[in-house]
Amino acid sequence: MTPLLSVRHLRKSYGALAVTDDVSLDVAPGELHAIIGPNGAGKTTLIHQLSGAARSDGGEIRLAGENITRLGMVARVRRGLARSFQITSLLDGFSVLDNVALAVQARSGSSFRFLRPVAGDRRLNGEAMAALDRVGLADRAGRRAGSLSHGEKRQLELAVALATGARLLLLDEPLAGTGPEESARLVGLLRDLKATHTLVLIEHDMAAVFALADRMSVLVYGRVIASGPPDAVRADPAVRAAYLGEEAA
Amino acid sequence: MSAGASLPVARIEAAPPRRPGARIALLLALVALALVPVLASGIGAPFLIVTATRILIFAIAALSLDLVLGYGAMVSFGHAAYVGLGAYAVAILSAHGIHDLLVQSAAALVVCALFALVTGAISLRTRGVYFIMITLAFGQMAFFFMVSLSAYGGDDGVSLDHRSRVLGARLIEGDVALFYLALGVLAVVFVALRLLVASRFGRVLRGIRENAVRMEAIGFPAFPYQLTAYVVAGAIAGLAGVLLANQAEFVSPAYMSWQRSGELIVMVVLGGMGTLVGAVAGAAALIAVEEGLAHFSEHWRLGLGLMLVLLVLLARGGIAGLTARLRGGRAA
Ligand SMILES: Nc1ncnc2c1ncn2[C@@H]1O[C@H](COP(=O)(O)OP(=O)(O)OP(=O)(O)O)[C@@H](O)[C@H]1O
Ligand SMILES: [Mg+2]
Repeated sequence: MTPLLSVRHLRKSYGALAVTDDVSLDVAPGELHAIIGPNGAGKTTLIHQLSGAARSDGGEIRLAGENITRLGMVARVRRGLARSFQITSLLDGFSVLDNVALAVQARSGSSFRFLRPVAGDRRLNGEAMAALDRVGLADRAGRRAGSLSHGEKRQLELAVALATGARLLLLDEPLAGTGPEESARLVGLLRDLKATHTLVLIEHDMAAVFALADRMSVLVYGRVIASGPPDAVRADPAVRAAYLGEEAA
Repeated sequence: MSAGASLPVARIEAAPPRRPGARIALLLALVALALVPVLASGIGAPFLIVTATRILIFAIAALSLDLVLGYGAMVSFGHAAYVGLGAYAVAILSAHGIHDLLVQSAAALVVCALFALVTGAISLRTRGVYFIMITLAFGQMAFFFMVSLSAYGGDDGVSLDHRSRVLGARLIEGDVALFYLALGVLAVVFVALRLLVASRFGRVLRGIRENAVRMEAIGFPAFPYQLTAYVVAGAIAGLAGVLLANQAEFVSPAYMSWQRSGELIVMVVLGGMGTLVGAVAGAAALIAVEEGLAHFSEHWRLGLGLMLVLLVLLARGGIAGLTARLRGGRAA
């Protein structure tokens, strides 16, 4: 089967620092591919490159066979690749519903329409509510996004990514900063998303990663030092030495 | 789950408020404004009609700037250029024997939209303070271009022989008629912008103001939406210029000076950015203060400065924010 996402020899440097150093990986349709690595390994930078937020210095990114390396973020979203943010990035002054409805609006019809009020648009709001329902935020629809708890904001990030209609979601530490209870809820949510979406998941929470991942890659100093099923990666001596070893010690 | 779920949810968002009373209040305000000429003549102060007309005209210009500044998050420091271009559309066409208001207005709309399209497309390549500087530079360019046009008065400006004609008729030769024309244009612009900011387009524009990175990540590039708002605003400001030329029966490059652009910004900020009512209130306040204080002292700008400082300290959100808070609500 052709991979949904295929990355070959991807590179990026900030000055002399090689932040993404010859990264290659494949993500099969329907797979949850986790990317782990210590702080500063270059995980977020990789997400920036994959989503089009940052330009790559070299290498190639293919989505369902199409070369998207030179496309911008908007073009990639339209092709079905969406991302969430490590640091929550929402429209804080908008309602929870409108945050999601805008993501629906982006893929349904022109937004160069100037006269009809959009707030009551049933189709946009209906699809937005479906996404909110799925992440368990339906009862928060009318709240201001900025007034949500941290865990709820993480849920909203996921609802927005879902509402873009993308089939491949790049999730940058969706559990970041959440407490045990919130984190358990989000892990359940990610398991549910797995059924319908291909996911690239960056996460520091090892319990969550090993519970969810079909395959995983370990990034250290911008290099993939191991890639494969979780058990194989866990047993990999290089990984134990370079990364997991820190925790085993 | 928490008890919050069962509480009535407050819809607080960056959209214009949809209070049921808002439409009635606006209608009442329109009726009250329509009575101004009657009252002014009644109390034997017809000069107030002129002041009121100037307020209406600058309210139109301030509304258009609010679309750019308040809703589009683009701090344009060259907005007076569009007012000036609109005014010169009247002066230049008149000088060539074309006195029809509709033709002049159409010319003003086209010229301003084009100028906004070209300069906006360039300016929007920059951000923050560079955007301010480059819009200022384009404004100054327009200013010095008109200064150099000696055929149309150059630095001194040019007087109109008479006001524009409507299909050959001297419909707005009188001050009262011009007042009602300005009021009509203001009402149409106000309603149109109210619809616009609540539309699909308006929601995208407000989203970009709030978080451009987030908007791009869901598929909305800022550029085309901001540029469209910039062009629409430029065209509307051009209409204000057409009215201003007719009101003063005189046009000069001073209309496009950076001080004028600054005053428009003050109107919008004074009234409360991103609230259409605020832009109108800000224009009214500034023109009233300008013409009021100017009677007492040539240092009226000092008084204005003090007022601004007080407003910033006491009333974030401008006049609109202050009145909302006095009513016990919140700034929209
Ligand atoms: N815009 C930038 N300019 C210069 N250096 C950068 C930039 N962005 C990231 N870096 C550097 O690149 C390296 C990788 O950063 P990145 O944020 O991708 O790491 P990460 O794996 O996501 O870390 P974390 O686990 O803390 O989120 C770090 O050393 C960081 O300082
Ligand atoms: Mg990171």
